[in-house]
Amino acid sequence: MPGKLKAKIVAGRHLPVMDRASDLTDAFVEVKFGNTTFKTDVCPKSLNPQWNSEWFKFEVDDEDLQDEPLQITVLDHDTYSANDAIGKVYIDIDPLLYSEAASVISGWFPIYDTIHGIRGEINVIVKVELFNDLNRFRQSSCGVKFFCTTCIPQCYRATLVHGFVEELVVNEDPEYQWIDRIRTPRASNEARQRLISLMSGELQRKIGLKVLEMGGNAVVGYLQCFDLEGESGLVVRAIGTACTLDKLSSGSAPNTNTHMHPNTAPASNACNSPSKDGKEPVFVEDLPSSSGPPTPFRALPTSSSPPPFSPSKPCSRQSSSSDTDLSLTPKTGMGSGGSAGKEAGPLRTLLRQQTQTALEQREFPFFTLTSFPPGFLLHVGGVVSARSVKLLDRIHNPALGNTRSYKLLDWNSVTADEPETRDAWWEEIRQEIKSHARALGCHAVVGYSESTSICEEVCILSASGTAAILNPRYMREGCLDIGCTDHRFEEPSPPNCGFCHIPYDELNMPFPAQLTYCYHCRRQKVPDVLFTTIDLPSEAAVAGKGCLIQARLCRLKKKAQGEANATAISNLLPFMEYELHTQLMNKLKLRSMNALFGLHIQISVGENMLLGLASATGVYLTALPAPGGIQIAGKTPGDLSSEHISSIQKRINDTIAVNKELYQINPPKLFALDPEVFCGINMELAEEGVGSPIPEPRHRSRLFRSHSESSDELSELDLSHGKKDAFVLEIDDTDAVEDIHSLLIDAPPPTGFYSCNTENMPGISNWTSGVQMFTSVRVLRLSNANLTNQGLNKIFTDLCENLLKSFYFKLRSMIPCCLCHLNFTVAVPEEELIQVTVTAVAMTYDKEQTQEKTAEKPVNKGSLEAEEQLQFPLELCADSSSSNIQTASKISGVGESTNMSPRAASVDYGSFADRCSTWLELLRLKAHTIRRGSVKTSRRTQSLAHSVSSLERCSPLQEGRSRSLRSSRSFGGSSVTVVKMTPLSFLPGTRIIKYLGIINMFFIRETTSLREEGGVSGFLHSFIAEVFAMVRAHVAALGGNAVVSYSMKECVFMENPNKNQAQCLINVSGDAVICISETDQESSASTANTGQTGGSETDGAT
Amino acid sequence: MSVELDVFVGNTTIMDEEVYQLWLDGYTVNDAVKVRMEGGVMDECEASKDVLLSDTMDQYRTFQMCERLLHSPAKLANQLLFQIPPHRQIMLIERYYAFDDTFVREVLGKKLSKGTKKDLDDISAKTSVTLKSCRRQFDNFKRVFKVVEELKGPLVENIRQHFLLSDKLARDYAAIVFFANNRFETGKRKLQYLSFQDFAFCAGQLISNWTVGAVDNMVEDMDVDLDKEFLQELKELKILITDKDLLDQHKSLVCTALRGKTKVFIEMEGSFKNLSRGLINIAANISLPLRLYPCRSDRWSAADMKLYLTHYTNSAHILDTFKHQVVWDRYMGVVKSCIFKMYHD
Repeated sequence: MPGKLKAKIVAGRHLPVMDRASDLTDAFVEVKFGNTTFKTDVCPKSLNPQWNSEWFKFEVDDEDLQDEPLQITVLDHDTYSANDAIGKVYIDIDPLLYSEAASVISGWFPIYDTIHGIRGEINVIVKVELFNDLNRFRQSSCGVKFFCTTCIPQCYRATLVHGFVEELVVNEDPEYQWIDRIRTPRASNEARQRLISLMSGELQRKIGLKVLEMGGNAVVGYLQCFDLEGESGLVVRAIGTACTLDKLSSGSAPNTNTHMHPNTAPASNACNSPSKDGKEPVFVEDLPSSSGPPTPFRALPTSSSPPPFSPSKPCSRQSSSSDTDLSLTPKTGMGSGGSAGKEAGPLRTLLRQQTQTALEQREFPFFTLTSFPPGFLLHVGGVVSARSVKLLDRIHNPALGNTRSYKLLDWNSVTADEPETRDAWWEEIRQEIKSHARALGCHAVVGYSESTSICEEVCILSASGTAAILNPRYMREGCLDIGCTDHRFEEPSPPNCGFCHIPYDELNMPFPAQLTYCYHCRRQKVPDVLFTTIDLPSEAAVAGKGCLIQARLCRLKKKAQGEANATAISNLLPFMEYELHTQLMNKLKLRSMNALFGLHIQISVGENMLLGLASATGVYLTALPAPGGIQIAGKTPGDLSSEHISSIQKRINDTIAVNKELYQINPPKLFALDPEVFCGINMELAEEGVGSPIPEPRHRSRLFRSHSESSDELSELDLSHGKKDAFVLEIDDTDAVEDIHSLLIDAPPPTGFYSCNTENMPGISNWTSGVQMFTSVRVLRLSNANLTNQGLNKIFTDLCENLLKSFYFKLRSMIPCCLCHLNFTVAVPEEELIQVTVTAVAMTYDKEQTQEKTAEKPVNKGSLEAEEQLQFPLELCADSSSSNIQTASKISGVGESTNMSPRAASVDYGSFADRCSTWLELLRLKAHTIRRGSVKTSRRTQSLAHSVSSLERCSPLQEGRSRSLRSSRSFGGSSVTVVKMTPLSFLPGTRIIKYLGIINMFFIRETTSLREEGGVSGFLHSFIAEVFAMVRAHVAALGGNAVVSYSMKECVFMENPNKNQAQCLINVSGDAVICISETDQESSASTANTGQTGGSETDGAT
Repeated sequence: MSVELDVFVGNTTIMDEEVYQLWLDGYTVNDAVKVRMEGGVMDECEASKDVLLSDTMDQYRTFQMCERLLHSPAKLANQLLFQIPPHRQIMLIERYYAFDDTFVREVLGKKLSKGTKKDLDDISAKTSVTLKSCRRQFDNFKRVFKVVEELKGPLVENIRQHFLLSDKLARDYAAIVFFANNRFETGKRKLQYLSFQDFAFCAGQLISNWTVGAVDNMVEDMDVDLDKEFLQELKELKILITDKDLLDQHKSLVCTALRGKTKVFIEMEGSFKNLSRGLINIAANISLPLRLYPCRSDRWSAADMKLYLTHYTNSAHILDTFKHQVVWDRYMGVVKSCIFKMYHD
């Protein structure tokens, strides 16, 4: 009995008129927690009642405190008939359960009714007294902090990152119970809301227990989702990253550990870079040939490649290419993390092994974080993803039979074996992901997320993440502090390009890729393109600005039932993934960029179609080679005249040129500067033999289609699809042209706008204080039943493009501004409907400063280079002269040692084939796998490079922030607290001083008078506005003034216009915080300033 | 293929002032889109017609949802549904309660009843203000009237506090309420040339000088009802025209003062009796619908008028047998300023 919950009902206002006769209301309030209910007196004849009730006290277990919400019901007293409910407020008291968060919840809450929406407001005060629980076997996990934020929260420091936590709970959906036939929609909705609230509470508590078991005290990157499986139930599942967080004292520099402020770690790392092991010279010889084997995904673009779909070739190509042959034979033990650690001294190997084991001991070395403290992420392999198609009817559980009466608190026993089914599904997928990561030579997966798409009884489970190698320091206790002794064993890669260096064995690549020497450090290999699901590391060097890149795809599917349906979907998935990937790649090249961050691929299933939407932020990493252009070629000059082709080619080239201009991608300049830097270093290091590498000749990818290829493709697709006719029509030369056209459709954002879907906009950091979070929903009805895939694609693409155009227009008053964290969600709610939901934030930035920056660039660069040149050699002489000698000696033995080392880390042929199970092969395999099962995809990565520009990227942040203070507006005079909301983890111009707890709310709204409420748009518009209002009210009641990492995870809309009805479910989450403007901070915390200055100095050293 | 649903909701409610005005003016969505297109807003962001349409619909919906709150503007500040920065709230309210002078001119002094509301389509046709906008304005008048009717304290202040209006707009509403309450006819042909602002000024004068509130500021309707006692006393001013001696005395005093100071002296002298009678008759009949017949003459300049009235007023003080000095001042002060106001082209 370790908790006492106290609630006081103060007053109400703006209540609706419940008594027509008097135009007034006799309101009273019921306060319920668990099974205890209290009532206030009736406040007669008032729309603004003052109850000023006593304190209602509930003595409860802390377990209940975690699970249950406080339920407040406002009613209208009626002497002769039943009291009418006005509405309810659910208050999640979780934030009161840990000491650092809120201490009291007090404020005005909207009174919400699922049929009428918000009906007035009520003022409530809630407090909790917790007693210490000494029971070791307790079931509660009070005190574990939860964060939606996918980075280490500001004002905290991660002392330890424990890893992946997951949990799911299952229950019957009240909407599908027999009782639903006899109860009112309101009762049904409320049962659902309450159930989900309970389930979320339970889930959070269970995850908390796991965290405590691991020895952590917080969950970061907490992602909770609902699966509304209809008849078969309701699943609430969550994943997160367990951490041990230390609160930073307010005096210390607050941001050192956030992704925004690279601290000294990278700088000191950089000092070590010259002590690199000497394996480069060995690989120089491989360089030309390594560009030979194209990846399956690049199979299309490469002119010499065989048709991508020919079944046998991908394999043979790999094994026959000379370089792979060479490398294959001597290899063993691929698992140990690839080339990076190969040449390391024994100590480092040891360290690496430790990490390795530390991570391998974990079932899933996954991290839901998307940005990391500097130095955490060593190498990034690429995107790994897995999908699996499941039939829900299969698990329709006898235990859930209709005979069972409905008891809210009973789900634990009711569905005892159900979670296991779901657990097993996810387990399978996670294993898949893990093995994909391993194939990429990585021991961890970062930026990990899971999602589902459900249509009738078919469910697609998806998981994706980025394979990576992490710094061992973060895996062991007490070693997080920068400057500890491990230092010299660390990866020597410079921070601004190190993560691009391939983690896998370059002689034994999991997939064929073109490798070149890192364009920044020239020491290690990088791929030509890098795809990731994480945010751009703050220390990464980029050229120009980033931009949102989307691939959109529709695929028609025959209507089918059960197994047949699942199989059809399974068979379609690989093709969709493939096409999405091709689109992304082409669009990336079209923008002259070479890396994608924040990649998120969503595949949504409907009755007669599948929708695929891939969003990512494209960027030019200066560490990676410049992307080649796109070349159009036609083999047969038949229908398509060569003029036509050349005109398309010209358009493409023009677009690339325009985009380069638009995104200020200016690699030649950077490239020209780089060699200077390296010359400087090289002079000093001449004896090391780190010669300036020969710049990789630009590769031209070719988009290549012809009749013969089409037919190949056809026969292949035929196997898996069985819709031959449809495909014959589609794969056509004109369609190929269409595809190219559609590439060019994407309009660049209008002047003054940029867009991205990540936390940070590459190339912009001087935010001013203008912030506008928004949600937009658009549903399209396809009237034409005879649509083709092409037609659908066009419609879908237009839908997305038009949405973006609408945003630009609506937000034009904010120019110059950037749409950040653009999160598109697609769904097929009904047969002929496509729904797109977007949540994003528009943020203003200081344009002049940007221009200044660009103008200053060359000048800066010169001086910075000078610094660099100075500092590098100095460090060398002082610090690593001995290592130089060592390196030199290694180099002398180059030929042998390299031949040896690969051997040491080799892999048997069988497993190689396994690792080669790239997308293509899976595709083929799929064709033979008739049983529905998981469709797996591993995608790969490629890389890029960096240069001096990282400096500009880092330091302007601080300047921009302080400068933004000028324009920070303050609106006084309103009695309602202004609550800012953002999907990002920060608010520009402010500093978060306190996290008040997680906001996780689920609402249902239903109407039986759709027309009267302004039709579907009017209905949803007011519902979304209401949801925002309720989130803001809860945050304000916690004492907060902002929500960060806000997301709308579910927006399910159903309508029946004929019956004048509609229903909508929305689930939102985020972190409630108190943030203060940096002006306040500056005056008080001079230490913080010093810290920042220190930071920028170190930046200089980099 | 059709857009079934299309919404955009910002955490801070996005409102375009231009669209708000179009909405207030009663434009349909399609008409508003046309107006916006002509306004060249499309060039701003490479927008298409669809984008404009979608944006306009969104905004119209937002305004409709806000309208309920605008009916009691105090709610706008402490409601939770829309997060609107205070300066925007002020703009929303101010514009919502703004009205067309041409429209208000038509209903000024009429009873704010259902009957008048039925005539709104005629007024709409006459003033070319859309019917929707007419209704909004009419309902605003009625709403303000209803709320203020039962309140104690100064009228302008009450309006300003209850509807959070600017001082200027609150004064205008006070005038409208005042006219509606006293049902002063303003529709007479002779008054057609007067603008609403002229009347508003007069109403202001009347409110601050002739109402109950001018004497006692804590009674109901203090600023709406004229001071009955004062009206009674006004009747006694008749002596100025009924008593032949007084009239002559007054005339000679005025003429002496005016002589040589104006070009139209002869005319002034000739019409003194009529003018005086007119002015005093207003006083006597003020309880009836106000007839502020202006002493208009084509040849009199405003300065002439001013000169005349000043001396006319002052001279009365010199009359020995005229005992109603206080009432005279209270009366003439207002009449003078009203006539000055009306004396324009």
